[in-house]
Amino acid sequence: MINLIAGALHPSSGKIHYAGEDITDLAPNERFHRGLVRTFQIPHEFAHLSVLENLMLVAPHQAGEQMWSNWFSPGRVRIDEDEVRRRAWATLGFLELTHIAHERAGRISGGQKKLLELGRTMMTDAQLVLLDEPAAGVNRTLLRKLESQIEYLNRERNYTFLLIEHDMEMIERLCDPVVCMTEGSVLIEADFKTVRSDPHVLEAYLGETKDAAQ
Amino acid sequence: MNFVTLLNYPIYLLIFISIYGCLTIALNVQWGYAGLFNAGVAGFFAVGAYTSAILTSPAAVGRIGGFSLPVPVGMLGAMLACVVAAWPVGKVCLRFRSDYLAIVSIGVAEAIRLVVRSEEWLTNGSRGIIDIPRPFGDLPYAQSQVAFLGLSCLILLVVYFLVERQLRSPWGRMMRAIRDNETAAQAMGKDVPRRRLEAFILGSALMGLAGALYVHLTRVITPDAIDPMIVTFLVWIMVILGGSGNNRGVLVGALIIWVIWSASELVTDQLPADIALKAKYARMFLVGLLLQVILRLRPEGLLPERVGTAGGSGDLGRTSPEAIAPSEGSDDV
Repeated sequence: MINLIAGALHPSSGKIHYAGEDITDLAPNERFHRGLVRTFQIPHEFAHLSVLENLMLVAPHQAGEQMWSNWFSPGRVRIDEDEVRRRAWATLGFLELTHIAHERAGRISGGQKKLLELGRTMMTDAQLVLLDEPAAGVNRTLLRKLESQIEYLNRERNYTFLLIEHDMEMIERLCDPVVCMTEGSVLIEADFKTVRSDPHVLEAYLGETKDAAQ
Repeated sequence: MNFVTLLNYPIYLLIFISIYGCLTIALNVQWGYAGLFNAGVAGFFAVGAYTSAILTSPAAVGRIGGFSLPVPVGMLGAMLACVVAAWPVGKVCLRFRSDYLAIVSIGVAEAIRLVVRSEEWLTNGSRGIIDIPRPFGDLPYAQSQVAFLGLSCLILLVVYFLVERQLRSPWGRMMRAIRDNETAAQAMGKDVPRRRLEAFILGSALMGLAGALYVHLTRVITPDAIDPMIVTFLVWIMVILGGSGNNRGVLVGALIIWVIWSASELVTDQLPADIALKAKYARMFLVGLLLQVILRLRPEGLLPERVGTAGGSGDLGRTSPEAIAPSEGSDDV
């Protein structure tokens, strides 16, 4: 699902529209520059880069990413870098990860990688953030922190989040509306309470309700 | 004067080390940073060597040439020719994933070798190109060697600093990110195919420069000089031993491997002729064995890649993290 929206997979049929535009044939990197940012269920950190570099990398349109500019206009690159670095440190502060800024990202804990994934979405002007099972493999305490950060980003920076999640408590606290899907098609789209008590959902995920009633 | 004569062999050794140093840095750009498994180093080395040879040598019967251009022009031409050769190769081959790229690049290098061997109008076939001018070639042998060493070291230094700067920049950070995780790099908005092509071309151009340096040293180039067993194989071992991803590391690798390689030649030359011929393969076997030992005991190389080179700890002084890291909920983020 997220692979389709973010462009990692191409749909076998149908079209993907985003903000009024058909993006079906756009590469993932082009979708990123339209404000469509994703995270991964299994963290895809850049293992040999430091945590700080992992964040700095994400900033779009950096002057220093052009091969020639590093040789011919180092001044502009430096100004750009300082700004990106400032933003990365601010993001680390927000995530409370400053103490591991210089750790190799491959060596930090699974939970910290999840935070880092969220942090990467903050290094760009995201509009829609696709979170692929943010709670998977994250302990309760960290999950609470993650939730409050997601809420904050939604409230203060107007990110729209699309969450795919199995953790019902997290969905209850964060999501409205909830879409329940089974075998590739939508069962119901409503608020959490309605979805939870919907007979079709119960049937699909818990087995036949009639049998239980009889 | 006598002293200089005594130093002839070490100087000769050092010239070769600086040429191989250039090759290892070139391969480090491709493999160490961009993760491109180029097994065709010899191919680009050959393109550079022959381009510079053709551009600078005097006219000869039966082949194109007679341009007699200055050596620096030959070197620039060599790099340019490699860019032109690397572009289509990269465009096609970089779509393959790592190990397939290795196979395809071996094929490309072999194709180049066959062209060199058989297209007599271009390369004079197996007789090769002779009379290639040599910088400081008018000086007596010993001084000329020292001067050439100075030139090749200067070129190596320039290459080192330019590449090192590039790799510490956001560009280098992005290349390493692409190497570490292609999917995520693309999801973070990086144009992976284009960036890979850039790294491939940059590395290939530097391989061409090394090839040009080589022909202006030896003044002769024949197809035997671009044996992939020597060029590609040795350069790979240098990079792996030294530490891929670290430019200083690969230079150390070039130094160690070339000294071992040459010293073992001194030893095998003392043997009777019929054994000496076989000993060449024993040397290759030993270097291959060394590679196995390195991979077993120290896969990251002698000087491993450093963490945080782009945006890392060295720059912390400029902006104190505490001063700008806001507390949770602040609007500064």
